[in-house]
Amino acid sequence: MGFMDSRSKLIDLAAFLDRVQRAGQEGDFRVKALKQAIQVLNSDQPQRAREVLMSFSDPTADPIPKAMTQGAVGAYSA
Amino acid sequence: MKYIEPHGHMVSRTTDDYERMALAGCQAICEPAFWAGFDRASAAGFYDYFRQITDYEPKRAAKFGIQHYCWLCINPKEAEDTKLADEVIALIPQFLDKPGVLGIGEIGLNKNSRNELVIFEKHVQLAQDHHQLVLIHTPHLEDKLKGTRLIVEALRNFPKIKPERVIIDHVEEHTIDAVLDAGFWAGITLYPESKCTPHRAIDMLEQRQGEQIWMNSACDWGVSDPLAVPKTMQQMRKRGWSDDMINKVAWENPRAFMGQSSRFVL
Repeated sequence: MGFMDSRSKLIDLAAFLDRVQRAGQEGDFRVKALKQAIQVLNSDQPQRAREVLMSFSDPTADPIPKAMTQGAVGAYSA
Repeated sequence: MKYIEPHGHMVSRTTDDYERMALAGCQAICEPAFWAGFDRASAAGFYDYFRQITDYEPKRAAKFGIQHYCWLCINPKEAEDTKLADEVIALIPQFLDKPGVLGIGEIGLNKNSRNELVIFEKHVQLAQDHHQLVLIHTPHLEDKLKGTRLIVEALRNFPKIKPERVIIDHVEEHTIDAVLDAGFWAGITLYPESKCTPHRAIDMLEQRQGEQIWMNSACDWGVSDPLAVPKTMQQMRKRGWSDDMINKVAWENPRAFMGQSSRFVL
């Protein structure tokens, strides 16, 4: 159930990382976050989706003093 | 099979969408007040927006045989300006008696700032004072976890707000348990890229056995699908869900939550 779709998405992910590397953008914090999140897929517990989301998330607890932007970017940068 | 769209921003959708939703079995759409895609210049802009979603949009929906309900607030993206937010909040009570108004929403947080939290709490106070249901938006992407935690914690300061009269929307795998375990309802949003896919939504529904959960498209002015709910219902069938199970999530659950408002008649 969903194998072909997941296979397609994985290849897309691999192609994205290839593209980013060719463009010299591997240092981008979002790319680093993505590679970190990929490690979660090796887990043997059925919590991978949750853990991937956790790995992208802001782990801090206190409200920020002021919102300087309105949008989110997909990965936390300290 | 009939269904309810519990979260659709129809002001930004065309009549083609209403027609397609009606053909797909939609009986009712609930429209929270939200960000227009730009920051409104004054409280007067919100006043006209509230007129639009309480008066005009129900008429537009009715042409397709769909009942339209709405929620009112100043959204979290515009809540950083507390002066404006206070002016908008002061406008809300005069609209609460309109026929289709279900409550206060979609309030919440965006970047998890102090001002956003202050305005969120003022909205909750308003809901408490006027005995209104509450619909809450959780932040996008990397901000969602922290925002959900702040929201759940803030709600604890309002003991008169019953958890079963609050829905915390846009939950994902890392936030759904905290919301449901605290007694609130949870909304799963089927929105491309930034929120859930049908399969992920169904996974969560199966793990939590559909308790106090609804699913919605949150279709708006961005790339989004007003038919996300019936398409997910189709996936449910493929995954072996019975009609009763599908009906519970797509019809009974939203009806149960919103039926707590005497204005929701379906």
